[in-house]
Amino acid sequence: MSKLVLKPNLSRADDFYAALLAEHETLTRDESDAYNARLLLVLANHVGDPDILAQALAAARK
Amino acid sequence: MSRIFETPLYPYQRSADQDAADPVRHPVIIVGAGPVGLAAAIDLAQRDVPVVVIDENDKVSFGSRAICFSKRTLEILDRLGVDPALTEMGVTWNAGRVFFDEREVYNFNLLPETGHKRPAFINLQQYHFEKFLVDRCRQLQSQGKPLEIRGNSKVSALRQQVGFVSLDVETPDGPYTLEADWLLACDGANSPIRRMMGLDFVGRVFEDNFLIADVVMEADFPTERWFWFDPPFNRGQSALLHKQPDGVWRIDLQLGWDIDREREKLPENVIPRLKAMLGDDVKFELEWVSIYTFQCRRMEKFRYDHVIFAGDSAHQVSPFGARGANSGLQDVDNLGWKLKAVIDGLADAALLDTYDAERVLGADENILNSTRSTDFITPKSEMSRILRNAVLDLAEKHEFARPLVNSGRLSVPCVYHGSPLNGPDEGDFPSRTRPGSPAVDAPIPGGWLLDTLDGGFHLLAINVNNAEPIEEAGFHVRVLELKSAGAGAIGERYLGNEKTAIYLIRPDQHVVARWREYSEKAIRRALRRALGNDLHGDVA
Ligand SMILES: Cc1cc2nc3c(=O)[nH]c(=O)nc-3n(C[C@H](O)[C@H](O)[C@H](O)COP(=O)(O)OP(=O)(O)OC[C@H]3O[C@@H](n4cnc5c(N)ncnc54)[C@H](O)[C@@H]3O)c2cc1C
Repeated sequence: MSKLVLKPNLSRADDFYAALLAEHETLTRDESDAYNARLLLVLANHVGDPDILAQALAAARK
Repeated sequence: MSRIFETPLYPYQRSADQDAADPVRHPVIIVGAGPVGLAAAIDLAQRDVPVVVIDENDKVSFGSRAICFSKRTLEILDRLGVDPALTEMGVTWNAGRVFFDEREVYNFNLLPETGHKRPAFINLQQYHFEKFLVDRCRQLQSQGKPLEIRGNSKVSALRQQVGFVSLDVETPDGPYTLEADWLLACDGANSPIRRMMGLDFVGRVFEDNFLIADVVMEADFPTERWFWFDPPFNRGQSALLHKQPDGVWRIDLQLGWDIDREREKLPENVIPRLKAMLGDDVKFELEWVSIYTFQCRRMEKFRYDHVIFAGDSAHQVSPFGARGANSGLQDVDNLGWKLKAVIDGLADAALLDTYDAERVLGADENILNSTRSTDFITPKSEMSRILRNAVLDLAEKHEFARPLVNSGRLSVPCVYHGSPLNGPDEGDFPSRTRPGSPAVDAPIPGGWLLDTLDGGFHLLAINVNNAEPIEEAGFHVRVLELKSAGAGAIGERYLGNEKTAIYLIRPDQHVVARWREYSEKAIRRALRRALGNDLHGDVA
């Protein structure tokens, strides 16, 4: 089974985070929720592998 | 002109049983003359098992209800000898469009595989479907087959005895009592039999209401399934438009949970809703309107000693995916030959527990799929709505999101994987015809494969010339020899990476086992297994 990467993997972490915030800057709360949902689905499709996705669902739990 | 669902088809007639001094015993009594009860009656009568069908009504389904019938159902009807005019009457469709808000987010074509006698789906009113089944019953009767339909006869009480069932029937001439060696409860989702036996029917109710209307109109909408999420004419809800024969169109409008159902059903409330959807200039007439709340649930078991449940009485699904009547027909397909074998003393009654095991598997698959569709159509939380809308938004631009759009996953027959009746799978054969699967149709010299698999056990011998018919356990196994060079439907569906194949196929056309070579001993073994001989080992 492939393993979900949980070690740092973003090559420019601060840039990504800033870009994410920037996307939300002009959005209302509802628009932001919708944006997050779309982003999540785009990323999930890129990952594809159901084992990795299952591990990601678990890792996101508190 | 009176409509077909208003015309009595099996009006009440006094039966000699009503004048008998003691209750008359019948081998099989079927309660309910819906699609499932009628199909069961045909299957059994064709096998010379005497059947009496009892229905509290004397007509076909009031209004249409089911409209979408699957390829597997049509194949089963062919085996049951139902007039092929049924398929021709139906509307064959492959294309669909999905709309979100005011936009079309995508369209699809089911692109059916070629090399099948029957199309993937047809749309046909349930009352036409039932009428064809009644006609087939009449034809069997005229050929002297033992089948009777008793209309306006309501089962009012049931007593389970040792080895049989006794029931009270109410008629316009008063009540009488009957006995049955086997009772098939095909009495629909509200099954009075289930209630009389105090059995549970557990599952989920979806907190939503749907207005289902059949309208007659001259419209040039194409023969496509149109599904809307959150359209301007039904804000926050969904809608469906689909064509049936005779200029009848099915319209589903989601209404939400807190509504006054009686009020919403009134024409003065329905018509403006339909006008908003169809446009002011489309002329239409209402044929039938009803409001439904959908549920997905099933009984814990489908067999209780000498009472067997089939169709909606055993399991109920929301209609997204057309899995109701279609799965009921698969119940019948599964049960008919088993019950015949048990009645003839060729198999132990334990074989009937495999009806339970196999069809519970089918029901769970249907419930899973219908539940997921309903959850997509009726999001049950704010976040599930946000995710659903995200899928729809993305689907417009990106192909990847389209498989996530779920307005119904259309009925496909269940593969009985892991069934205790399945035998060996010895070779590098295609997965779609593995043991437990329904045989896949293919053109063969002079016709179609499934038409030759006509209700008994068969051996399919592909590129094998030493296969012999076999007599075993009271069954006669016929051989169908086929040649295939590997390419073409038979090669692709039955050989895969092998050069030769032997398939043992059950009377319901499901694959029992397959091998590369013919071995009489192996086939006899697999056949006995398919008749339940190994059950004591498997069912602890
Ligand atoms: C809006 C809607 C759309 C649907 N669309 C589809 C679809 O597209 N495709 C699909 O496959 N399915 C569809 N279905 C489901 C389909 O209609 C049912 O699955 C199907 O009718 C079940 O058949 P049945 O024979 O089990 O039960 P029923 O058709 O309900 O028949 C039960 C029979 O039992 C009789 N009965 C009841 N009680 C007694 C008694 N005490 N004594 C004697 N007789 C009795 C009744 O009179 C009735 O004739 C739809 C359902 C709805 C509501």
